Amino acid sequence: MKKFYGEGLPGVDPGALKGKLIVIEGPDGSGRSTQIAVLTDWLEGRGYAVEQVGLKRSTLIGAELAQAKEGNILSPRTLSLFYATDFADQLENRIIPALRAGFIVLADRYIYTLMARDIVRGAEFEWLRSVYSIALVPDIVMYLRVTPQRLLERYIYRGRELDYWESGMDIGFSRSWYDSFIRYQTEVHRGFAKLQELYGFIIVNGMRTPRAVTRDLQTRIEAVISSL
Amino acid sequence: MPATPAPREIPGKLIAVEGLDGSGKSTQVYLIKRWLELEGYKVFYTEWNSSAIVREATRKGKKRNLLTPTTFSLIHCTDFADRYERNILPMLKAGFIVLADRYKFTGLARDGVRGCPERWVESLYSFAVQPDITFYFRLPLNVALGRILAGRPELKYHEAGMDLNLSPDIVESFRIFQGRIYRAYERLARKYRFTTIDSNRPVEVIQEEVRRIIRERIDMAEYKGTFRGTP
Repeated sequence: MKKFYGEGLPGVDPGALKGKLIVIEGPDGSGRSTQIAVLTDWLEGRGYAVEQVGLKRSTLIGAELAQAKEGNILSPRTLSLFYATDFADQLENRIIPALRAGFIVLADRYIYTLMARDIVRGAEFEWLRSVYSIALVPDIVMYLRVTPQRLLERYIYRGRELDYWESGMDIGFSRSWYDSFIRYQTEVHRGFAKLQELYGFIIVNGMRTPRAVTRDLQTRIEAVISSL
Repeated sequence: MPATPAPREIPGKLIAVEGLDGSGKSTQVYLIKRWLELEGYKVFYTEWNSSAIVREATRKGKKRNLLTPTTFSLIHCTDFADRYERNILPMLKAGFIVLADRYKFTGLARDGVRGCPERWVESLYSFAVQPDITFYFRLPLNVALGRILAGRPELKYHEAGMDLNLSPDIVESFRIFQGRIYRAYERLARKYRFTTIDSNRPVEVIQEEVRRIIRERIDMAEYKGTFRGTP
């Protein structure tokens, strides 16, 4: 039986949501997207209808949000609320309809990433908790844990540049991207650890081979969908 | 994202005006602004829904009718937060008298009417300081409706509460919606101790009362400045 973290959304009966909400959390470079692609194939191969959702993908403000981040002109709170709007739009227009239709919703990050980032930027936890009390409690949340050093190695190995936001450059920890990245990712992980105590999600060791991680995730998802 | 600042960090004063469409609040706040400018006080004026970044998204959402009560609430709060952190709070810290034509109570009233849980909306807006004075321009509902509807206005979809399916007729929907907003304001007025002003009087009579209240509650000498105010 589904429920909301708080008072929820006006006019939505969580009891009518038959599908399963599966959340994969983790920093960029933790293998989230790879795992979600593999899990989608696996689930669809077994005949389940899958809906993928993520952050910054809402019809309402997805484009504006990307644009606003380019210029780094929004205050942290404005950005935080902008993300919350994007999340709410997807929750109402994609996640809930899909769950109502009995889909398995695979969420590439959820409110926890948004909260962890804001905590690092000094947001009051109680405020965040209340803002996101509109969220549905997922059936399972799995956090792919990869150390900041390993994340950085993966970035460099793939020839990717460090992302301004994922390196926390807006915060001003350090003018060195490397130092800022390590510090920021460490702080975000600390934020997640705090959230984990409250929201109780599963921490998965993301530093194994992709196949080993997939098997781990599949076993845990298996337990959730067996009740479908 | 610091917590709500302690009052002593804020030497400025915040005066908010609230009320129904047609209650005359914008005229009154304009006259307050003129008074303060002409007398040489440091004054800054801000209005609801005027920040550039979020405006585009709001416009798109409204046009395509994509907004639900929750996203409507969040997008307006985003917009408000932008204005609050960029304009209102810095000007208060700089020691200005800030005049807000509508403040967070507009969000609280509208979102409540749209069915968002009151506690959630209150918490959403909890970062914004309480005004030093919140003037509530109260007008009997029928008079306010009469003022707006007599002008044969082009009512906008959300302004008329059409998203709530109150009536297929936009004028009728507006009447019902404004009635609910009116009751929401009445409740907020008690809860947040608004300074209620009888708005069913001549403009200059109301203005005189408003200026008197401001002089009584604010030590005006502190806000004298060479600054000539906003154009």
